[in-house]
Amino acid sequence: MPLLQINNEPVWRQREPARQRLVWLGWFLGVCLFLFCARIVSDNTIWEFMTDAHIQAASLIGRMVPPDWSITASLLLPLWDTVNIATVGTALGVLISFPLAFLAAANTSPHPSLRAFALTVIVSSRSINALIWAILLVTIVGPGLLAGMVAIALRSIGFLGKLLYEAIEEIDTGPVEAIRATGARPMQELAWGVLPQIMPAFAGITVYRWDINIRESTVLGLVGAGGIGLQMNAAINNLAWGQVATVFVLIFATVILSEWVSARIRHAVI
Amino acid sequence: MSSLADNRLQAAREGNWRPRPLVERAWLRWALNAGALVYLVLVWFSVDVNWARVAQGMDRGLAFLASFLTPDFVSRGGEIATGLAESLTMTVTATVIGILLAIPVGLGAARNISPMPVYWVCRAVIAISRTFQEIIIAILFVTMFGFGPLAGVLTLAFATIGFIAKLLAEDIEDTRKEPLEAIRATGASWWQWIHYAVQPQIMPRFIGLSLYRLDINFRESAVIGIVGAGGIGATLNTSINRYDYNTSAAVLLLIIGIVLASEYVSGRVRRWVA
Repeated sequence: MPLLQINNEPVWRQREPARQRLVWLGWFLGVCLFLFCARIVSDNTIWEFMTDAHIQAASLIGRMVPPDWSITASLLLPLWDTVNIATVGTALGVLISFPLAFLAAANTSPHPSLRAFALTVIVSSRSINALIWAILLVTIVGPGLLAGMVAIALRSIGFLGKLLYEAIEEIDTGPVEAIRATGARPMQELAWGVLPQIMPAFAGITVYRWDINIRESTVLGLVGAGGIGLQMNAAINNLAWGQVATVFVLIFATVILSEWVSARIRHAVI
Repeated sequence: MSSLADNRLQAAREGNWRPRPLVERAWLRWALNAGALVYLVLVWFSVDVNWARVAQGMDRGLAFLASFLTPDFVSRGGEIATGLAESLTMTVTATVIGILLAIPVGLGAARNISPMPVYWVCRAVIAISRTFQEIIIAILFVTMFGFGPLAGVLTLAFATIGFIAKLLAEDIEDTRKEPLEAIRATGASWWQWIHYAVQPQIMPRFIGLSLYRLDINFRESAVIGIVGAGGIGATLNTSINRYDYNTSAAVLLLIIGIVLASEYVSGRVRRWVA
């Protein structure tokens, strides 16, 4: 225990003096890094804009309240599209990431080179935001729901694949060996030994990702990939902030609802 | 339910063993399947795909994939370097500010250490911050504070508050009660209580979460540039819109590389603190 002698009295400290100095040094370097970064950000900022920020903020909020409810009816179809983008995108992502996860898991991968390939796909997909995928896909397949669905799917592959292969690596080997002992072929081992063990985790992960995808699909319209984001973008470009507020309220309600649904399903499965 | 189990057992004795279905009740199983089918049909009619356009775009898709073999870091090197430096500095600044603001919110949103009114206020802050995508917040902040990295920093900091505070609050709610009571029994003040009873229990996971958020903020900083909030997103968006796929590939490869590196480092740090 780190006890110091101060005026011949034992005084307790949380750390040894050398360790304490190391912690302080770490804090010092961290603060220096932060100040350095903040300095660069500040140099690139036009501070004149900031002087009237509170006026801008007040006028923005003033124009958003009250929301323009008259467009609510015309927003329901885009909202349905948004939910479809998230759902179909998640389903496509599951179809691709499911086999990928078995290739990526150390205990089920048929070959190290296949494992490296699967891991590369997973990392690339995870690193790139759905919106960037959407920009790309809009230039490739044209604007519309399809681009949004594929963008969501491409982003989901990494997320689902990573969590799923981690679940596969954590399975209990007992049942798998028991199935193998009955003379099962490798595919039967997967189907009866591995699959039942990861099914609850798989369902939970999928629903969790669906919930995230609902949030993400609300903004895909900004780049032309369909859904309620298109209406939001149009309203913002028209500076119709009352309509923007309506879109926000609808998004908020949808996200809260989807979070509730996903929590219920996860609760039921796990 | 027991009759269903009996039926399965009976069938197994006759040599027709079947695995246990995921949904036990047959009618519910069929209803779910039929519902999924109806949904797919409905979606199929709501998606209006112009297949001629898709076929046309396929060449472009292949060109994009091919460009990953010939990424061009040089011809737009200046823009890429500035954008990347701005993204990285924005990430660090926003993560630090966001975490500093998230700690009080997280403490307030933990049911076991905060009074009810504070709890509800903090939970409301978390809900609002988590619902809206970074890009929506960025649009609002760009309107308020003008173009540039400051709007980006504020956006990422705002998003960080919801993320960190929610997970921090859950961690605090999961802490063991005994140390909390022991420190309180020594007559510690509120600060000492938080410092010696709560903080040691949550610190390893908190460091892990902060590093994870740093990672997320970097990835997001590549996006919010699209709406003018600074960072590499603007460069990326311009290159894609100009069909300059070699530059886009270079930017994407850099993002993937940095995310990989930061994931590796944060994995090491997490193992070291845990």
